[in-house]
Amino acid sequence: MIVFEKPKSMTEAELHYCPGCTHGIIHRLVAEAIDALGIEGRAIGVAPVGCAVMAYNYFACDMVEAAHGRAPAVATGIKRSLPENVVFTYQGDGDLASIGMAETVHAATRNENITVIFVNNAIYGMTGGQMAPTSLPGQVTQTSPYGRDVKTAGYPVKVAELLSALDGPAYIARVAVNNVKNVRSAKKIIQQAFQNQIDGLGFSLVEVVSACPTNWGMTPQKALQWIDEKMIPYYPLGVYKDKRQEGEASDK
Amino acid sequence: MGKKVLMKGNEAIAEAAIRAGCRHYFGYPITPQTELAAYMAKRMPKIGGTFLQAESEIAAINMVYGVAATGRRVMTSSSSPGVSLKQEGISYIAGSDLPCLIVNVQRGGPGLGGIQPSQSDYFQATKGGGHGDYHLIVLAPSSVQEMADLTGLAFDLADKYLVPSMLLADGTIGQMMEPVELAEGREPVFTEKDWAVTGTKGARKHHIVNSLYLVPEELEAKNFERFARYAEIEKNEVRYESFMMEDAEYCVVAFGIAARISKNAVVAARKEGLKVGLIRPITLWPFPKQVLADAAKHVKGFLSVELSMGQMVEDVKLAIDCSRKVALCRRTGGMIMSPDEVLEQIRLLAGGDNA
Repeated sequence: MIVFEKPKSMTEAELHYCPGCTHGIIHRLVAEAIDALGIEGRAIGVAPVGCAVMAYNYFACDMVEAAHGRAPAVATGIKRSLPENVVFTYQGDGDLASIGMAETVHAATRNENITVIFVNNAIYGMTGGQMAPTSLPGQVTQTSPYGRDVKTAGYPVKVAELLSALDGPAYIARVAVNNVKNVRSAKKIIQQAFQNQIDGLGFSLVEVVSACPTNWGMTPQKALQWIDEKMIPYYPLGVYKDKRQEGEASDK
Repeated sequence: MGKKVLMKGNEAIAEAAIRAGCRHYFGYPITPQTELAAYMAKRMPKIGGTFLQAESEIAAINMVYGVAATGRRVMTSSSSPGVSLKQEGISYIAGSDLPCLIVNVQRGGPGLGGIQPSQSDYFQATKGGGHGDYHLIVLAPSSVQEMADLTGLAFDLADKYLVPSMLLADGTIGQMMEPVELAEGREPVFTEKDWAVTGTKGARKHHIVNSLYLVPEELEAKNFERFARYAEIEKNEVRYESFMMEDAEYCVVAFGIAARISKNAVVAARKEGLKVGLIRPITLWPFPKQVLADAAKHVKGFLSVELSMGQMVEDVKLAIDCSRKVALCRRTGGMIMSPDEVLEQIRLLAGGDNA
C-alpha cells in the first residue's frame, strides 16, 4: 500500500527553495488539488516574479511566466481564450499586493473565473528580504532596518479583508501552513478554490500565510512559531467570502 | 474583396482584425483611437469574441500576452502615452516569441503631449521600445484602405515569424473617413501549436511560455536565434511604395500621412521641372534600407518628411551610409506640414545643390 507519493501534477525537477521555506508545501497542496479534481490535463498555471518565479518548472501542467504582478491579467487572457481550461496564478505578496494590486483587484471585481494562490510571507524573498506590503508593523527587513514604521511606511495590506469587501469575487479565504492542522485545512480550501472555478463560480483567492526563515533570520521551527505568534493574530485565518454559501443562505 | 464602404481609419482596423480571425481584443480608453475599441465592444459579443476594457494599458497588454500564449489571434490598441505603458508587456511578449498585434494611433508627445496626430513614436516602435534586444514588425498605413490591408498582413507576419506586430498609424488616418474595400472574412484558425499552452490533456509534456533564462549562455543563444528570424524578416518582408523615382534626382522619404502630403509636393515639384520622387516605407521595421541604398546611386539628395523632430531621418542616413545630403522637413506636437512646406524644402534641397 502506498501511503505517500509525489503528486502527479508535480514534475521531477528539484525545488530550489531554501530549507524551511513553505513554498514546497503550498506547491504540493496545489498539485494535490489538481490531482484530486482530475484536471491535470486542462490546468494552465501562471507563475509570478519572486521566489516562485520558476514554478513553471515544478508544475506538470502547461505554464506561463508573467511579468511582476501581472499574473491575474495574463490569467484573464488565457481564461477568456480557453474557458474550458482551469487557470490559476501562484503569486507572492510583493507581486500580488504591491506592484500587481490593480490587476488583483480588477480580476477580483470582474469575478474572473480563475483561481489565485497568494503566498503571504511578509517579505520580498527573492531579492533578499526587503519590506513587503504585508510586512508587519515593527518588522525588521533590509529596507526597514529599524522596523516597519507605520508613520512613514504605512500599514500592512490585508488582502483577504480588502478583496472580500468587493461584490465581485466568489471566494476569498486565508489559510496557513505552519502546522499539520492548518495544512489540512489549507488543502481543503485550496481544492475548494479550484472546484469553484470548475463550477463556474468565479474568482477564488486563497491567501496562504507562510514562512521565510532565511529572510526572517530564524530557524525553520522558530519561523513556524512566529506565524502563530505574530502573523496569524494580524492575519486571522478563515473563509472571508463564499458566494456558494451566500447563495444557499439566500435560497433558504 | 467586397464592395467599397465608407469607414473611419480606426474602424477599418477593427473590422479588418475581425475578418483576419481575431476574436480577442483588450484595451483602455485613449484619444485618438477610441473608435477602434468602441467598434470591438459592439462587434465582439455578437461573434463569440472577447472585448474587455482593462483596468490599465499594462493589464490590457498582459491579457494580450495570455491569449497569445494560447496560440489565438489577439490585439490591443492605444495611442502614444498608452503605448508607453504597454512597453513592459510588449518586451515580455517579444521575449516569449509570441505573435500579436499592437496598434498605435499616434498623438503628439512627450508626456501627456496632445491629442493631435504625430509620428514621434517612430524610435519607440522601430528600435524595440521596451527593455532588451528585440524588434517588432512595424507597418505604417497611409490610407484607410491600408489601415485594413496592413492589419491582416500584420497578423499573418506575426504568426509566421512568432514576432509581435505593430501598426504604427496616426491620429489623422485614424480619424479620417475614406472608401475602403475589406477582405473577405477569415474564420479563426485554431491549429495546434507546439509551443502554446492549451492544457496537456495528459498527452504531452507541459508547454512553458517564458522569457526567463537565468543561464547567460542560454539567453544569448535565444537572442541569436531570435535575431536569425529577424534577418529572415529583413530579407523577405520589406514593403515600400516607389513614386516617380525612375528618373529622380532627389528623393523624398516619408511614411503614413506625411507621405500623402509629400506626394502632392512631389507632383507640384515635377511641374516646376524638379526631378523628384518619393519612397514611402510601408514596413518601418524592417526598414527598406537596400531600396534607399540603391536610390542613393542615382539621386543627389534625400528629404525626410516627418511629423516629429526627426527620427526616421537617422535610418535614412544609416541606409545610405551618409553618402548623400539628407535634409529634414518636420512638424511636431500635433502640427502637420502643408504640401507647400514640403515643396519649399524640395526647392531648397535642389537649389542648394545647384548653388
